[in-house]
Amino acid sequence: MNAIVISAIWGVVMMFSGIFSKNNAVIRGTAVTGLALLIVVNCLELDGTSLFKVNVHGLLYFNSFSLLFNTIAFGSTLLFTLLSGRDMERVGRSTPDYFALIFFILCGVSISSSFNSLLMLFLGIEIMSIPLYILTGTDKRNLKSNEASLKYFLMGSFSTGLMLMGIALIYGAKGGFGLDVIRFGTTELTPMISAGLLLLLVSMSFKVSAAPFHFWTPDVYDGAPTVFTSFMATVIKAAGFIAFLRLFDDAFGDLHPKWQLIVAVVTAATLVIGNITAVFQQSVKRMLAYSSIAQAGFMMFALVALNETGKQGLLFYTAAYSVATIGVFAVLIKMKDYTFEGFNGLAKRQPVLAATTAVFLLSLAGIPGTAGFMAKFYMLTAAVSNGHVLWLVIVGILCAAISVYYYFRVIQAMYFKDGEAQVAEVSGTFKFLLVVMAAIVVLLGIFPQWLLDKLYFFLI
Amino acid sequence: MIPVLLIVVPLLSGLAAFFIKQEKGVKTWALLSTVITLVVSLLGLTVLNKAANLHADAEWLPLLGSRFTVGLDGMGQVLCLLTAVAFPIILVATWNSTYKQAHNFYAFMLLSQAGLMGVFLAYDALLFYFFWELALIPAYFLCSIWGGEKRIPVTFKFFVYTFIGSLLMLVGIIYIYLHTPDQSFALDAFYKATLTNKEQGWIFWLFFIAFAIKMPVFPFHTWQPDAYEQSPTAVTMVLSGVMVKMGLFGVIRWLAPVLPMATWLNGDTVALLSVIGMIYASLIAMQQDDLKRLIAYSSIAHMGLMCMAIFVTSEQGMQGVMIQMFNHGVNIIGMWIVVELIERQTGTRKISELGGLAQKAPGLTIMLVIVALANVALPLTNAFIGEFLLFTGVFNSTVSKNSHWFAAAGGITIILSAVYTLNMIQKVFYGNTSSLTASFKDIRFNERLVLGILVIVIVVIGVYPRPFLALTQETVDTILSRMIIKQPS
Repeated sequence: MNAIVISAIWGVVMMFSGIFSKNNAVIRGTAVTGLALLIVVNCLELDGTSLFKVNVHGLLYFNSFSLLFNTIAFGSTLLFTLLSGRDMERVGRSTPDYFALIFFILCGVSISSSFNSLLMLFLGIEIMSIPLYILTGTDKRNLKSNEASLKYFLMGSFSTGLMLMGIALIYGAKGGFGLDVIRFGTTELTPMISAGLLLLLVSMSFKVSAAPFHFWTPDVYDGAPTVFTSFMATVIKAAGFIAFLRLFDDAFGDLHPKWQLIVAVVTAATLVIGNITAVFQQSVKRMLAYSSIAQAGFMMFALVALNETGKQGLLFYTAAYSVATIGVFAVLIKMKDYTFEGFNGLAKRQPVLAATTAVFLLSLAGIPGTAGFMAKFYMLTAAVSNGHVLWLVIVGILCAAISVYYYFRVIQAMYFKDGEAQVAEVSGTFKFLLVVMAAIVVLLGIFPQWLLDKLYFFLI
Repeated sequence: MIPVLLIVVPLLSGLAAFFIKQEKGVKTWALLSTVITLVVSLLGLTVLNKAANLHADAEWLPLLGSRFTVGLDGMGQVLCLLTAVAFPIILVATWNSTYKQAHNFYAFMLLSQAGLMGVFLAYDALLFYFFWELALIPAYFLCSIWGGEKRIPVTFKFFVYTFIGSLLMLVGIIYIYLHTPDQSFALDAFYKATLTNKEQGWIFWLFFIAFAIKMPVFPFHTWQPDAYEQSPTAVTMVLSGVMVKMGLFGVIRWLAPVLPMATWLNGDTVALLSVIGMIYASLIAMQQDDLKRLIAYSSIAHMGLMCMAIFVTSEQGMQGVMIQMFNHGVNIIGMWIVVELIERQTGTRKISELGGLAQKAPGLTIMLVIVALANVALPLTNAFIGEFLLFTGVFNSTVSKNSHWFAAAGGITIILSAVYTLNMIQKVFYGNTSSLTASFKDIRFNERLVLGILVIVIVVIGVYPRPFLALTQETVDTILSRMIIKQPS
């Protein structure tokens, strides 16, 4: 509850901050303070201290899973702001508004990670999405940004419509919106429930860009200003997954054997399409868009397996994936040329940038010694221990092998090819932050228990 | 203590090497580090040879049931010694080569040594997997930055091959882990895993493909000649001398004893693949004009023989594999050193463009002939001991019904190997000098030193192999009893 209230308030604070100060550094400072505050109050709630006593009538349910995820999401946003906050100013003149929108999104994130009723799910997802439509279109003079925004809005509204229809059908069948009401006694697939379930599956798949509902993703990610793509591909996507998992675990957990196969097929399709299409991209930004689809495929393993390992793993995966992706995007923003050739010879000109990017890419590819490996390891363990989806595991590892191709293309360009990579001016602080993030990625890869211990003790 | 040092010394000195910018300084640093590692390894073999010193265990991932367990048994001693010996020799032999960004080169070399040591020392499956991949990453950078013209695609192929293999192995590891009695990655727990024959059957292939790619066994070998050819020679020596042993080691420690039923069941299939690979590689080696490719194919043939002996199991065969893993490493590094010397002076590796080196460089010729004869397993050389044991083992094996056929087919490759090796010596060292070899100079002190050491090792093991065989006897007994072939003594 702490996070929801504070993030909403701070969003308003950010909106008005532009009136009191024209200095962007002050505005950025306010945003960073707000994020730090969010992390603190959220951790307080994890410890059992709730600042606000609100009777939510069972609409929201805060457990350690959702609160831990909030911490991860706020932490990622903080890293993102510290690294790329300055680049937001280059998008347009209304920096305070961008930060305000980001705080509203975080409010939506905390609602959709802790919903206990389909109404709240709907609200959370919408609060998250609408500011995002605006952020996508912030580069007003760029036609691609406009197109992306409109496309995202239309497709998003469409999937929201489907979600509402699904919610209505489920309500019709069970007579309530609460997840416990829906779960109680639901062991058979009646026509109403199966139709509702399918509609919810489709709309959630759309939100997390799972195939075959992923077509908006590359265009939107490519058209949006790169700073916001970074945010979209990490925090928003992760929040979508947490909501997805909570919905299917808490409301439809007893029907798991019945929907497992269809989700497994969606997962396999996501993996295959995401990875194979990423191979053919010429622009690193588009490649990262497809890679985010591919990574979504791996995160869906948690949903397919639906066991404790999977749930812990999903949280770990979101953390590992967010840190690495934010890092890669932060470097990408600094590049003049977004094609693979644009990275040629980066290692000679900017060794720190190249080395840290290499670490992030190795993590995304899932090489041992990085957080990405532990994340994939957890997902594979979850799926193998489930026992019914070994074929999906094999598809998964073949796709992981394909993913090496496009991640390593960037490493090859940076290290093995000669060229004059054009990079914008980077500050010492920026490099320092990148090194810190790379260190986090490596340390989480070697000593994952620093995060896993927390997950384990809070979840059990 | 000893195993931890063997990993930590190269790891830390490798990380430090990234920051030593002078070329001379980093070279000396790397040599110093590898010599220390060698000393540690020799101490572990002789003075500090007590169980307490040879094992170490620490908490790592308690939630997953994985511990940082490292240890040295007989087989580990042999392979760690090989790794420890190989690196200083490689560094001294290539002392006169210059590399751009030398600090990165030597740093990656030391890191790959750390990875290799880790693979040979790990007693925990997840730890083993970690090191298995960590040995690969430095090798990838080494080949891709300092390799030949086609280095980027070739190295990438090598990387993807091994990466697919290791991911398959990872699935196998996870599956066994979930079936261990106490949910742990420890080697002992893996021995106790309850798996049906059917489960063993398919997990076997997950593991075997990973190891087969590394060895490489036909038909997973296609990355190897290209990678050897395109890598800088120092790296080729690491790849062929030490890294390919990871595959054999993996089979002996993590496959055969963990999945004995499947190993029995699939033994003949694998042996057949090995035989096909041996003959095929020998025939291709005879056609090669490039020295590096010739040695690469000859290496496939030799590795195939060792793989066959593991799967057509017998006590002599297993002992043969143990000693031959070391011998093959020593001999092939010797061959590469000679190739490197020739290429550096003449600028070519084409057999057809060389000739008459014996007149110009008698010292080099003597060394090469000894190494080459060891490569064809002539008596009094180390490889004779190894290959003799391998063939006796395969021939007398009671595990396979077709062992006689395998031994006979394998025997042909010995003859073929003599054909291409002697042919190579004749064309490169005898005959008339060509324009490229006319001004050839004999070898320098450091090269004479390392080749001399290698020749001494070759002859000593060839004449007096007993300490080696005694060292690995216990490991062989343990593994055979796990494979239910021999009663534990």
